[in-house]
Amino acid sequence: MSMSTTPLTPEIVSQEGNAMVLSMGPQHPSTHGVLQIMLEIEGETVVKAEPEIGYLHTGIEKNCENLFWSQAQTNVERMDYLAPSSNALCYVLAVEKLLGITNQIPERAQVIRVLQAELTRIASHCVQLGTHAIDLGAISVFFYCFDLRENILDLQEAAGGARMHPNYLRVGGVNGDLPDGYLARLDALIEKFPGRMKDLRGLLQANPIFQDRTIDVGHLSPEDAIAWNVTGPSLRGSGIAYDVRKAFPYSGYEHYSFDVPTRAECDAYARFLVRLDEMEESMRIVEQARKKLDAAGPVVIDDPKIFAPPKETIALSMEALIHHFKIVSEGFRVPPGDVYQSVEGPRGELGYYIVSNGENKPYRVRTRPASLYNLQALKGMAPGNLIADLVVQIGSLDPVFGEVDR
Amino acid sequence: MEIGPGQFLLARLDDVARWAQSSSVWPLTMGLACCAIEMMTVTSAEYDIARLGSEVFRSSPRQADLMIVSGRVSQKMAPVVKRLYDQMADPKWVISMGACASSGGVFDNYAVIQGVDTVIPVDVYVPGCPPTPDGLLYAVNLIQQQIREGGRGGILARS
Repeated sequence: MSMSTTPLTPEIVSQEGNAMVLSMGPQHPSTHGVLQIMLEIEGETVVKAEPEIGYLHTGIEKNCENLFWSQAQTNVERMDYLAPSSNALCYVLAVEKLLGITNQIPERAQVIRVLQAELTRIASHCVQLGTHAIDLGAISVFFYCFDLRENILDLQEAAGGARMHPNYLRVGGVNGDLPDGYLARLDALIEKFPGRMKDLRGLLQANPIFQDRTIDVGHLSPEDAIAWNVTGPSLRGSGIAYDVRKAFPYSGYEHYSFDVPTRAECDAYARFLVRLDEMEESMRIVEQARKKLDAAGPVVIDDPKIFAPPKETIALSMEALIHHFKIVSEGFRVPPGDVYQSVEGPRGELGYYIVSNGENKPYRVRTRPASLYNLQALKGMAPGNLIADLVVQIGSLDPVFGEVDR
Repeated sequence: MEIGPGQFLLARLDDVARWAQSSSVWPLTMGLACCAIEMMTVTSAEYDIARLGSEVFRSSPRQADLMIVSGRVSQKMAPVVKRLYDQMADPKWVISMGACASSGGVFDNYAVIQGVDTVIPVDVYVPGCPPTPDGLLYAVNLIQQQIREGGRGGILARS
């Protein structure tokens, strides 16, 4: 994979025999964003595929170095924009590790975090399924998926105030308790979900056209998957049951019962089935989290040096006023050190390696974006297949370019 | 109003053409970042942009009337956006969707173009990060209004 500043020209891809060079993207309906693939084709068959990334390079990692710890979090949410809460969760866990307050996070805050992370996973898989189906010509799946996603975004909006980038998870807890009526709406979603999953499975799982397009397409052997560092549903579609939630539990995931769905077929259809199963497993976790939310409790750490005290108190207490002023005007400081924290995002292992030099801003925020590593597998998958299959392969790997290019 | 046999309506050709044009503004399928997901959402059942006649997202710039710049435009992507705009047939309109496309948003750095209007002319700006689908629908409404009032899209902006 190259990341030059000038677009690839045909000369860069070697031309032999009857091969023709075709540029697919960066504006293409099926590349799921701004991916350019330089294809060397013979007829309809791909001989060589060279992904060209960087069309959405935003400089988010560099931006973070000039922002307070809490401000940087709004930036990292815009990396994997299909799963902002997973990004936020990983970032706050990393910063909390550096601060050494991992054990002081209130129980209720941890449950809410798990709830948000799992809801965002379902919403993300909805987008993947909908767009993947559109690529293959099945339009109606998109409407079912986006309807379900809409319900989840409504919940995010209720909790955090924004549909897509709620910025609800914060270092030290979450930003305020869940609003009134939230749990009733969550219950309605839990009730609606099984029917919607039945619809999705009914539309696609036994659909002969969908099966023809996905079975035995985009073969990714377990050895290749490991060699390319593929994680998430794409890895589990190759039969390897690696899940960060099980391997390195965080936020109390060890207290939830859920399975890690895997498939041994190693093709696009297997990855599709894994995602469907995963949505149901996520809903299982949501249901368990829902039960834990009946008991009230604090949702932020009781440390005014890290999380500003409640707004009501600033009229009554001079100390609270000062803490508010300090947090707002210069943020909080994090002890020097470095830390790596990973979570299981919808696309796989999402990690942050964060270095602090003791300032109120990060020294370095390095991301391990799951999509970038998953996308590498495309180069090995594509040769020998038709161009139409390439669309299936990209869709089944589910890259998000905000995350790949950052 | 019902038109019986032998009856007819008189109208200015301009008005009829504008009415037809404003009811079939076809956007270009060009997703850039977060806003692209909300751009897709307007076609879903909840928002249904088909009510405005704009559900036909075209993948070829030559068949599109409206470019929705949905997301941050990087230095690497800007020439591509410009080329796509040039390939669109006149008359054409541009919506700058979201804070990044309009002004660079929170990304004031080396990588992001500070507003797509430095590259191509923009007709309507939609604020938000990302804007709600309702916001985008309103922007399409404004484009329709411009067309009905005789606006000629990018042609005027460039001459």
